[in-house]
Amino acid sequence: MREEIMEILTELRPDVEFEKEKKLIDDGILDSFDIVSLVGELNDAFDVSINVQDLLPENFNCVDAMVELIENLQEEE
Amino acid sequence: MQRNILEYLEESGKAYPDKILFADDRSEITYHEFIKQAQFLGAFLLESRGDMAGNAPAAVFIDRSIGSLTGFFGVVYSGDFYVPIDRQMPAARIELILDTLNPRVILGEEKDKRILETMKREDRLMILSDILAAKGDCELSREQKECLALVRRRALDTDPLYAIFTSGSTGVPKGVLVSHRSVIDLIDNFKDEFSFSEECIFGNQAPFDFDVSVKDIYSTIKNGATMYVIPKVMFSFPAKLISFMNEKKINTVIWAVSALRIIENLNAFTGELPKYLKTVMFSGEVMHNKVLNYWRRYLADVDYVNLYGPTEITCNCTFYKVNRPFADEEVLPIGIPFLNSGVFLLDDDRLVTETDVPGEICIKGSSLALGYYNNAEKTAESFCQNPLNHEYPERIYRTGDIGKVNENGELIFLSRKDDQIKHMGHRIELGEIEAAANSLEFLAAAVCIYDKAAGKILMFYQAEECCDKQVLKALGKKLPKYMFPNKLYYFEKLPMNKNNKIDRTYLRETYITKDA
Repeated sequence: MREEIMEILTELRPDVEFEKEKKLIDDGILDSFDIVSLVGELNDAFDVSINVQDLLPENFNCVDAMVELIENLQEEE
Repeated sequence: MQRNILEYLEESGKAYPDKILFADDRSEITYHEFIKQAQFLGAFLLESRGDMAGNAPAAVFIDRSIGSLTGFFGVVYSGDFYVPIDRQMPAARIELILDTLNPRVILGEEKDKRILETMKREDRLMILSDILAAKGDCELSREQKECLALVRRRALDTDPLYAIFTSGSTGVPKGVLVSHRSVIDLIDNFKDEFSFSEECIFGNQAPFDFDVSVKDIYSTIKNGATMYVIPKVMFSFPAKLISFMNEKKINTVIWAVSALRIIENLNAFTGELPKYLKTVMFSGEVMHNKVLNYWRRYLADVDYVNLYGPTEITCNCTFYKVNRPFADEEVLPIGIPFLNSGVFLLDDDRLVTETDVPGEICIKGSSLALGYYNNAEKTAESFCQNPLNHEYPERIYRTGDIGKVNENGELIFLSRKDDQIKHMGHRIELGEIEAAANSLEFLAAAVCIYDKAAGKILMFYQAEECCDKQVLKALGKKLPKYMFPNKLYYFEKLPMNKNNKIDRTYLRETYITKDA
């Protein structure tokens, strides 16, 4: 799953070193337009639905947080 | 008679000295304290330049903090005009702006030295927080008060208040220079037309180098209201945004269309809803009814207003109070002119009076900007003599936007002047194709450009997945065959420009066949 998320992120923003960055949101690396696209991509790729309650900065600050979010959502289903 | 926007500030300061004027995520400031700081800064700037003559540019490096606003008003107290510059812009673009501007002074913070060091310029950077820290509890001296009073005594309502830089077709940004009179006109109209009062609590979304924020800032000080600067990151995480709006009891928002679109794209209203919101105004690009209908479904009792106008006529010249239902594929009118704004359609130099006949939207009146700063050539191109008037000098602004008046007497935006095409013998407005595409459930956004050399309509769309076939099938239900895009380009994210609009310039440069 991690690899797939990395792939989505790299395609979205080829300019960002996602393995290094731990504060994607707090440092303003991803903006609202990135988040809109990313949420759509993740929903499709993992067949989950990230709703407004899951949309929190701490879930998107780094790749690991995103992995955890998706895992939790998949367990819920 | 009102000549200067500082009169707004001082009148409200007298009526509500201890009320919160501005607040950001870290701090807040009352009317009384803000005026004191701005006056101190104004007096300091006057002293340090040792010259009473005003109307020179002062650049202010901005972010999303109250300090930027203190900088603006300090400059105005000193009799100069302010020029907001986003410190996160590429240094090369900042340099182009400074080269046009040659500012008398630059207000910023310690960290901005780095930006200026990369340039071959010798600007004078003053550190805003140092100046204000030096103020402490000091009161203004008698001499300083006299200087500020003299500056005000000499002020004219035609003096410039700010310049906002907008992208230029040639690659060099143009500084739109706007007078006190134009802003006074606009803000008085907003108060009357939309019943703004001291009860307004504004939630500011637009960056301060984007003229949408002019309406927030000056409506707040005019009406003795309060403005919260909403942190940018909240627009990525709407649950935070909405709980912030509820916590601060925000009841009025004047946002860019793109901000409203994010809420719809993220389906943000399935959680908490904004509880206090009464008025939602939007501008900047075409509002598609698919997005507006999402808002109207969840927030039915809110007043929605579509605002139209380019920066060159001081924010907006027409408004449409949404008063009837619209289907997703219908076009939302841009409405009727504000009082004291002359809005008319020209077909070349002929006045268009007929219903449903397109013409270039032209504007006259006090709202017109003074021109592009230090750019006589571009100014002459866009701000010209009214071709209908041969008797006396009368300036109009040609927007380059094509509009028409519908059977209800409402102005409708059709497209940019350069987007009108002749294709396979038909006269086509690309805006019409875009309206159809943008009404499709499964598209997030779409724009069209015309590749004249190849004779092809190109459409660029943003959706969850590539779906060319589905798009064409759906368009077939809305458009005649000759309006079909000939080439589709799928994007998971359409390129955006600095003002958060879809970057048509980039698309044109990248996808259009070059003339041989």
